[in-house]
Amino acid sequence: MKHITTLNERVLKDTLEHGGCGECQTSCQSACKTSCTVGNQNCENEENK
Amino acid sequence: MVHIYKNNGYNIALDVNSGAVHVVDDLVYEIISLFKEKNGVCSEEDVFNTLSNTFTKEDIREGYSEVCQLKEAGQLFTKDTYMPYLKSFANRPIVVKALCLHIAHDCNLACEYCFAGKGEYHGEREMMSLETGKKALDFLVRESGNRKHLEVDFFGGEPTMNFDVVKGIVEYGRELEKTTDKVFRFTLTTNGLLLKEDMFDYINKEMSNVVLSIDGRKEINDRMRPLRSGKGSLYDIILPKYKALAKSRGDENYYVRGTFTRNNLDFAEDVLHLADQGFTQVSVEPVVAQPDEPYAIRTEDLDGILKQYDYLAAEMVKRSKAGKGFNFFHFMIDLEGGPCVAKRLQGCGSGCEYLSVIPNGDLYPCHQFTGIEGMKMGDVDSGVTNTGLRQKFHESNVYTKPECQECFAKFFCSGGCAANSYNFTGDINGNYEVGCAMQKKRIECAIMLKAAGV
Repeated sequence: MKHITTLNERVLKDTLEHGGCGECQTSCQSACKTSCTVGNQNCENEENK
Repeated sequence: MVHIYKNNGYNIALDVNSGAVHVVDDLVYEIISLFKEKNGVCSEEDVFNTLSNTFTKEDIREGYSEVCQLKEAGQLFTKDTYMPYLKSFANRPIVVKALCLHIAHDCNLACEYCFAGKGEYHGEREMMSLETGKKALDFLVRESGNRKHLEVDFFGGEPTMNFDVVKGIVEYGRELEKTTDKVFRFTLTTNGLLLKEDMFDYINKEMSNVVLSIDGRKEINDRMRPLRSGKGSLYDIILPKYKALAKSRGDENYYVRGTFTRNNLDFAEDVLHLADQGFTQVSVEPVVAQPDEPYAIRTEDLDGILKQYDYLAAEMVKRSKAGKGFNFFHFMIDLEGGPCVAKRLQGCGSGCEYLSVIPNGDLYPCHQFTGIEGMKMGDVDSGVTNTGLRQKFHESNVYTKPECQECFAKFFCSGGCAANSYNFTGDINGNYEVGCAMQKKRIECAIMLKAAGV
């Protein structure tokens, strides 16, 4: 495309099928302890990548 | 829902429901704005009539076509299709996979802004016993269902004041790994005062992450984090230790972590100061405080704070291009391999997947709920007995928070921190407005950094 650059190919709804395994890190355990920052957590489910 | 904004010279369009992020030129920015005004449906003629004084007909046709292509591909103006999923979400099994262990309700510092009441959480000074710590791990294994990875954070107060118990709990966890299919990930949060180089090998072997408290510039750190004696500088004591520990960990899997207050509303300088000291993993976060505290962040501070985030993000782009990049925790975002929808619906899992254990073995939804009347959930012997409270946390998600429904950030912050919501509104489904404003700006900056290739 000439006018648009898309930064990510995966869309959220694609994660519905294999999501929810719960193996990812609890967000509060990473660094914050005072806020909820989920969008930066890594997915640990290979089927979702 | 589409959120469009400009940041540091980039025009960005976030399609909230798909999570797709697009960097667009000025023309498409205007076209998407028109689509938004018309609820996602806009004819080429409408676009032409509005923009023909600024852009050529050929360009408008191209831009319009590209926007339509993204719509058809499910990457722009997508509908929210997650509501049907909520039923199975609400019926999911309840497991516990993470504990925050309050190893010590005591602290060798008396930080002015401590939410834990200078370490003792407004209660008795108390150390967790090894027996209680072992019971906590037993409880975690027992309640973790089929989760393999279990997380245990050694927290306080100051956990190094009771470090032998930390070691004992880790040793017990490693034994449990041999007899179960579980893997423990231990982390340590410390103020650094008792940290010694002869502890580094142990910490590096056993702790998957360490959080090292420091607020930034010397005068900023020492103002809110005075030594108990009132003499000398904490900054001078901990900085060389933190540098050495970070280096010994290969400059990975740690954070230097600070708190900013209305005493340092120029907190970006504290982040940059920590980066200037050579730290590559930095987190500096807004204080959580009651509004009547003099250092609490107020609504009127927001404008300046949001500008600080913009300034910091722009500076990070410059530094990255100069080969001096660093990670700022609140600007980290994973657009391609980030969390699934299920994770984004609920967030931190406090009160269900994630609990805190205080020194006497009582369970709370998280460390920030400690000691609040009615928030005790049970204990490590009996497990969660306040099942009504657990159910309330279990059912709480981004769709149970009315103010989140029209917010572009909802699948990044997942409705925000339940403790902040509770503390400021009396309801875990409420919204802490000052926190939300900062969170939204941080997400905008984080996406801009991706657009800039950082």
